[in-house]
Amino acid sequence: MATITLDTVRKVYAGDVEAVKGVSINIADGEFIVLVGPSGCGKSTLLRMIAGLEDITTGEIKIADRLVNNVDPADRDIAMVFQNYALYPHMSVYNNLAYGLKNRGMKKAEIDRRVKEAARILEIGEYLDRKPRALSGGQRQRVAMGRAIVREPAAFLFDEPLSNLDAKLRVQMRVEIKRLQRSLGTTSVYVTHDQLEAMTLADRLVVLNKGQIEQIGSPIEVYDNPASTFVASFIGSPAMNLLEVKAGEAGLGLAKGTGLSAPNPHGKPAYKLGIRPEHLHVVDGQTVPDGHLSITATVNVLEPVGAESFVYASFADGGPEIVIRVSSHARHQPGSTLQLTADPANLHYFDPENGQRLTG
Amino acid sequence: MNRLKLSDHLILILGVLFMVSPVVLAFITSTHDALTIFRSGLQFTPGDQMVENYRKVMFEAGGFTKQVDGWVMLQNSLILGLGFAIGKIVISMLAAYAIVYFRFPLGSLCFWIIFSTLLLPLEVRILPSYEIVQSLGMVNTYSGLIVPLIASATATFFFRQFYMSVPDELLEAARIDGAGPWKFFIDILVPLSKTMIAAIFIIMFVFGWNQYLWPTLITTDESFFTLVRGIRQILQVWVGSQIPDYQEAMALAIIAMLPPVIVVVIFQSWFIKGLVESDK
Repeated sequence: MATITLDTVRKVYAGDVEAVKGVSINIADGEFIVLVGPSGCGKSTLLRMIAGLEDITTGEIKIADRLVNNVDPADRDIAMVFQNYALYPHMSVYNNLAYGLKNRGMKKAEIDRRVKEAARILEIGEYLDRKPRALSGGQRQRVAMGRAIVREPAAFLFDEPLSNLDAKLRVQMRVEIKRLQRSLGTTSVYVTHDQLEAMTLADRLVVLNKGQIEQIGSPIEVYDNPASTFVASFIGSPAMNLLEVKAGEAGLGLAKGTGLSAPNPHGKPAYKLGIRPEHLHVVDGQTVPDGHLSITATVNVLEPVGAESFVYASFADGGPEIVIRVSSHARHQPGSTLQLTADPANLHYFDPENGQRLTG
Repeated sequence: MNRLKLSDHLILILGVLFMVSPVVLAFITSTHDALTIFRSGLQFTPGDQMVENYRKVMFEAGGFTKQVDGWVMLQNSLILGLGFAIGKIVISMLAAYAIVYFRFPLGSLCFWIIFSTLLLPLEVRILPSYEIVQSLGMVNTYSGLIVPLIASATATFFFRQFYMSVPDELLEAARIDGAGPWKFFIDILVPLSKTMIAAIFIIMFVFGWNQYLWPTLITTDESFFTLVRGIRQILQVWVGSQIPDYQEAMALAIIAMLPPVIVVVIFQSWFIKGLVESDK
C-alpha cells in the first residue's frame, strides 16, 4: 500500500509526438483512481510509465515517496493486469501465479501459501493445474488478477482489463474488482475508455484528453460539474446535450434554429449550453416558470431501452438534435411537438471558444 | 462422394508406391550377394544374404585404410546431424532473440544481411569457407565439420517471425514479474517455441545428415567419414577384377535412411503442430 505521485510527467515519442503533456496527480493510499479518455488520449502511456514499461521524458513519478523514474518495473513494487491477460501459455495457473514470486527468491512454502490464498479469494482453486488455454475469458481474467494479488504489491495497475470480456461478464468482473480492491485496500490505477466502468469503479476519475488532464474528481463531481465540454460529452450516456447559443433580446436563443430560450447568468454574448438528457422535463399544459429553460422541439425517434426511454427531438428551422430521458411509459409519437423545461441549476454554461466551464 | 473418395485413395496409393518402392527395392536387393546383382540387376524377391550383408557393412572395417566400419560412420553421421541441428537452433534462436527484442544500432540491417545469405547456398561460398576452416586447423575435426555450417538464415528467419507474433504484453508481464532478459528467454520464449524447435530440428537434422559436399571436403581422415560418404566409398572400390559391392551399398543406404526416418516419426506430430499451431 502506498501513495503514488505524478509531477508534471511528460512523454515525448520520437518524431516530437507528445503523448502525455505534463500530467500531475496525487494518488492517496488505498485510493482507486480511474484514468479515462478516448483512445489516443495518453491514458495507457501514463499507466505504463507508472509501471516502468515506458521511459519518462520529463517529470517525476514517486511510489510510496520513492522516486522511481529509473527503477526497473520489477523493483517498483507494482503489479499489472493486462487487457489480453498476458498469462504464460505454457505454465499451469499455479505456476503463472508463482512465477513472479519464484523470481524474487521467495520460499516455496510462502509461495504456496500466497497462491492458495489468492486462488481462494478469486475462486480459481480448482483450475490451478490447468493451462490458460483451457480456461474461459473470465477465468483467465481472474488468473491475471491472481498474479497481481499474490505479489502483495504497493499498487495495482489495470490496463483495460475487462475490454476482452462479453458485456455480462464485464459487469460481474467490474463488481468483483471493486469488492476486491476494497477488501485488500491496495492503491489502484485503472485505465479504461468505458465511461460507465470509470464511473462505477473510481474513487476519483481522471479524465484525459490529448495527453492532458481535463478534470479530476469523484465520479459524481465530474458528472454534475464537468469542467469542459469534452468532459461533459464524454461522461454520461447518452451524452450531455451541447447547444450553441447566443444572447438575444430575451435571454439566450439558439445560434442556429429556433425553439429555445434560456437565462443568461454570465452576461456573455455566446455559450455552449449543456443539459443532461435526464434534466429535461416535458411540460404538459403548464407554462414554463419564469427564468427556466424553455424548449420547443419535434420528436424524431422514441428509443425504449427498458427501464427508461430516450426521445430524440430536433429544433425547428434547422436546429440541432437533442436527447431527452423520459419514463418508459411515455408515448411520444414521432412528429409530435414537445414543450420542455429544465431547472436553471442543471444548466451548464461553457465558453464557446475553449470549452471551459463558466462558473459564478 | 464415394467415387471421389476412391480416386483420392488411388492417388494417395500411387504416391506411396512411387515413393516407397525404390526403398523397398533397395532393401530387397541388399539381401542378395554381389554376383547376383551384377548379373541380373535389381532384385524383386528377398535373398538369403541379409544378415551377412548388414553385419559386414556395419562391423567390418572397409575403405582404403580398413579402419572405418558402418558403426563408426553411423556415429559420425549422428554427431554431424545432431550437432548441425542443435547448433543451428541455438544460434538462430539467440540471433532472432537479439533481433526482435533488443534495440541495437543497425539491428534491422543485421537481420537483412543474415536474411540475404539465404540467397547464397553452401556451394557458392565453399572455397572461402574451406580456406578459413583449413587455416584454422579444423580440417579433420568434428568442430570443423559442424561449426562452419551452423549459422542459419532460414531458422533465424522462422524464429524471428515466431517471436514477433508473441504478444508484447507477455514480455511486459515477465518484466514486472522480475524476469531479466535471460530468464525471459529461458523461462518463457524457449518453452513457447517448443513446437517450432521440433519442426526446425527435423528439417535441420535431415539436412545435416544428408550433407555430402562439405564433409567430403573437410574430412580426409576416414575415421571421420559419414554414412553418406561411406556409400560412395564402397562403390568406388574397383580393385582389379572386383565386382562393386552393390549389396553393401544398398544395405548402407538403408541404414543411412533409418535415423532420419526415426526422427521424423518421433517428432512428426510436433512438427505439424509447429507449422500450423499458433498457441500463444
